Amino acid sequence: MVLVLALGDLHIPHRAADLPPKFKSMLVPGKIQHVICTGNLCVKEVHDYLKTVCPDLHIALGEYDEETRYPETKTLTIGQFKLGVGHGHQVIPWGDLDSLAMLQRQLDVDILVTGHTHQFTAYKHEAGVVINPGSATGSYSSINYDVNPSFVLMDIDGLRVVVYVYELIDGEVKVDKIDFKKTTASST
Amino acid sequence: MMISDGIEDEEKWLAEGIAGIQHNAFYLHRALDSNNLREVLKYSAQLLSELRTSKLSPHKYYELYMRVFDELRRLEMFFKDEDRHGCPVVDLYELVQHAGNILPRLYLLCTVGSVYIKSKEAPAKDVLKDLVEMCHAVQHPIRGLFLRSYLTQISRDKLPDIASDYEGEGDTFMDAVEFVLQNFAEMNKLWVRMQHQGPMREKEKLDKERNELRDLVGKNLHVLSQIEGVDLEIYRDIILPRVLEQVVNCKDELAQYYLMDCIIQVFPDEYHLQTLETLLGACPQLQSAVDIKTVLSGLMERLSNYAASSPEVLPEFLQVEAFTKLSNAIGKVIEAQVDMPVVGAISLYVSLLTFTLHVHPDRLDYVDQVLGACVRKLSGKAKLEDSRVTKQVVALLSAPLEKYDDVVTALTLSNYPRVMDHLDAATNKIMAMVIIQSIMRNSTSVSTSDKVEVLFELIKGLIKDMDGTSTDDLDEEDFKEEQNSVARLMHMVYNDDPEEMLTIINTVWKHIMAGGPKRLPFTVPPLVFSALKLVRKLLGQDGDVAGEEAPANPKKIFQLLNQIIEALSIVPSPELALRLYLQCAEAANDCDLEPVAYEFFTQAFVLYEEEVADSRAQVTAIHLIIGTLQRMNVFGVENRDTLTHKATGCGAYHASLIPMGLNRRSTLRLMRVGEGKLIRVLLCLKRSLRIANAAQQMVNVTRGSSGPVTLFVEILNKYLYFFEKGSPQITTAAIQGLVELIKTEMQSDSTTSNPSSDAFFASTLRYIQFQKQKGGAMGEKYDPIKL
Repeated sequence: MVLVLALGDLHIPHRAADLPPKFKSMLVPGKIQHVICTGNLCVKEVHDYLKTVCPDLHIALGEYDEETRYPETKTLTIGQFKLGVGHGHQVIPWGDLDSLAMLQRQLDVDILVTGHTHQFTAYKHEAGVVINPGSATGSYSSINYDVNPSFVLMDIDGLRVVVYVYELIDGEVKVDKIDFKKTTASST
Repeated sequence: MMISDGIEDEEKWLAEGIAGIQHNAFYLHRALDSNNLREVLKYSAQLLSELRTSKLSPHKYYELYMRVFDELRRLEMFFKDEDRHGCPVVDLYELVQHAGNILPRLYLLCTVGSVYIKSKEAPAKDVLKDLVEMCHAVQHPIRGLFLRSYLTQISRDKLPDIASDYEGEGDTFMDAVEFVLQNFAEMNKLWVRMQHQGPMREKEKLDKERNELRDLVGKNLHVLSQIEGVDLEIYRDIILPRVLEQVVNCKDELAQYYLMDCIIQVFPDEYHLQTLETLLGACPQLQSAVDIKTVLSGLMERLSNYAASSPEVLPEFLQVEAFTKLSNAIGKVIEAQVDMPVVGAISLYVSLLTFTLHVHPDRLDYVDQVLGACVRKLSGKAKLEDSRVTKQVVALLSAPLEKYDDVVTALTLSNYPRVMDHLDAATNKIMAMVIIQSIMRNSTSVSTSDKVEVLFELIKGLIKDMDGTSTDDLDEEDFKEEQNSVARLMHMVYNDDPEEMLTIINTVWKHIMAGGPKRLPFTVPPLVFSALKLVRKLLGQDGDVAGEEAPANPKKIFQLLNQIIEALSIVPSPELALRLYLQCAEAANDCDLEPVAYEFFTQAFVLYEEEVADSRAQVTAIHLIIGTLQRMNVFGVENRDTLTHKATGCGAYHASLIPMGLNRRSTLRLMRVGEGKLIRVLLCLKRSLRIANAAQQMVNVTRGSSGPVTLFVEILNKYLYFFEKGSPQITTAAIQGLVELIKTEMQSDSTTSNPSSDAFFASTLRYIQFQKQKGGAMGEKYDPIKL
């Protein structure tokens, strides 16, 4: 069982002051093995904070990030799964699933994580999953009017991944999940 | 040489004294065992003579005294037991007065007196009075102090007091009070007289010795505090005035300091509260060298703790006007002690402030008064340079922040900013950060424009260059931290009412606009997003956008936004400004304000064309422009065409400048924009293919590369996208053709294999296969494509 935290679009301090306290108290150091971030942190303090949650941190470049050396896209293998992350402002129309699927094919990954829309989505199709963890701070978005703070936790176990989404709605943390099973082990 | 001789001598004398005591004790014990009263008296007198020495320091004298004390205990037991010596206590009392020397005589008398009182053959008060007066005969300070201390010790449990054994007709606790007060007064006089005992150059040594004896004097106050019959009235009317009289009149700074503190520590806080005026009234009368501020601080601390532990007494504090009295007393002390350094005065005010926050937290006027007094004290001086004073001032300013979770309260204190103004620039900024951190920690929201005005005035050291400083002097990390804090702060500044919120935004803008090129990139974005949130809110209100007559309407806000973003040109920050213009364009789109949205787009394009230099930045910019444009629905045909054309043009303009791969992708993105315009789509695609082909040829000439292959696969994916959307221009033949082309290219000798484009192609083929297998309409669509 490998826990992977996926979050992004915090927009600290441009659009939000900090993560919601309820989220902060859940993100305990040492419990999570990998962190994937879709970008738009935007400042070093946030990077340092995420590092304390888990040192294995993978960040994609958002258009407001202070650190411009983050890569536009990144791929990594965790167990039987190939994961890819990008911010998502490069995929137009923003949030369009078919276009995102195209990126997924290009990166050749089972799980694609992108952000930008501040809207949690998890889309299963035959070739894999496309996940958007939303905005961890619930910050303003021109695309999405009704933003609740959210993040995703993936539990990777063999050929199966359970995707948990945590959303802060009216002050309460609500959890939901979807399951995905790979049909074949990934080839090298 | 002299001093070490002195110490050696003292040791010698002490040893001699101890030897003398032991010698006489031996015979004394023998006499006690044989109940020989005469011998007992003889040897005890001799023993006591050792205390007649004047050669010892208090410390050493004490050692002698303790040994003597032990023997006197034995003696007392003997005296008490009349059966052993056959002498009635009345006679005994007479008998001991025949001892040769005065000091032994008085020790014996006190010892017998103790027995006499216990026997109840005479009223306690008479015996006590006799003894306390007779002790007057010993005027040597050390000898007299120890003698009277002995008297205190043996009389403690024999004082006439309510419900004590010794209460009787005419024998009341008042007599006990009188006795103790007298003993106290005499002891104080002796104690003060010690300072004249040695030469001036040995003052330090003398003071140390005096301090060793101070508890002997203070003990009397303890005893007074324990007399049951003493209540507030007695304390107020008799004890306190008498004690204070002694304290003031002795004019000795060591005694005054110790005794004031002793009074405060020994007697109950409720007494102090009720006698505040009297107690404080003594303060200005004390010697100027007395560290009265420590005494006052001690008093205020006790009273603060009293208030904290017993909230029910709080009304009493108000009733006796404790604050006013303390405040006036402090003022008088500061006035009287002209040499008191500033740090002393400020630390007094810190104590008073702590007191006020504990006892009267709701009385902001009191808190402001204290701050005001500090301002007056600090006025006329340049910015503070003494770090101790600075420290005190910071403590003064931090105390209200810690007490009141709602920092906004501190903002209403009119003297708060005035005190802050006296801090040097660096400390001022530190204090500003403390304020911000307090707000962030308590999640306080600052919700009116007046409070926002005060807040931003308070933190002005962070927001703009103050006189004599510049941002160049700053450490970059520290500077970033500061500015990010200010940015975070802006999210705490909020009001539900749109009009008030707009005023708040204008207020903040007014303050931060002077921040200069280094600060604006940090402070502008949060303000812009605050304003955009306000626009969103106005939109949300029953769908109708506020008319232009309303004081807070989107159009006004967009005008302000334009101004704000425009300011970034002095940094210059074209990439940031471009992003913010696009955000505004989207918001204007949602408000149905076509010209406003168009104007924002124009601004963005200007920046793109003239300012954004870096090629990578240009690509991102193009993505953002296109992505935003794709979502616009407010534009009429003409405007939309113009903008799309411009966007395409941007891509093409850089054809020769941007690395080819990037350019192609940009062009491909453009197709999204023209989704409704199929011809345009086709044109773009064809253009892409042409450019890709050209790239391939160029590249074949130079070296083998699979660059074009990746592009072809991308184009293939785009083809599939539009194919699925039902674009008639994209035929299965076209798709088939491209698939074959890619396969050919990949197998060609001049192409080096590229695993990522191989994988991309493979996953694309898998996708096609899957779509074919889907069945239904999609399956039919894909059927003609053969893999």
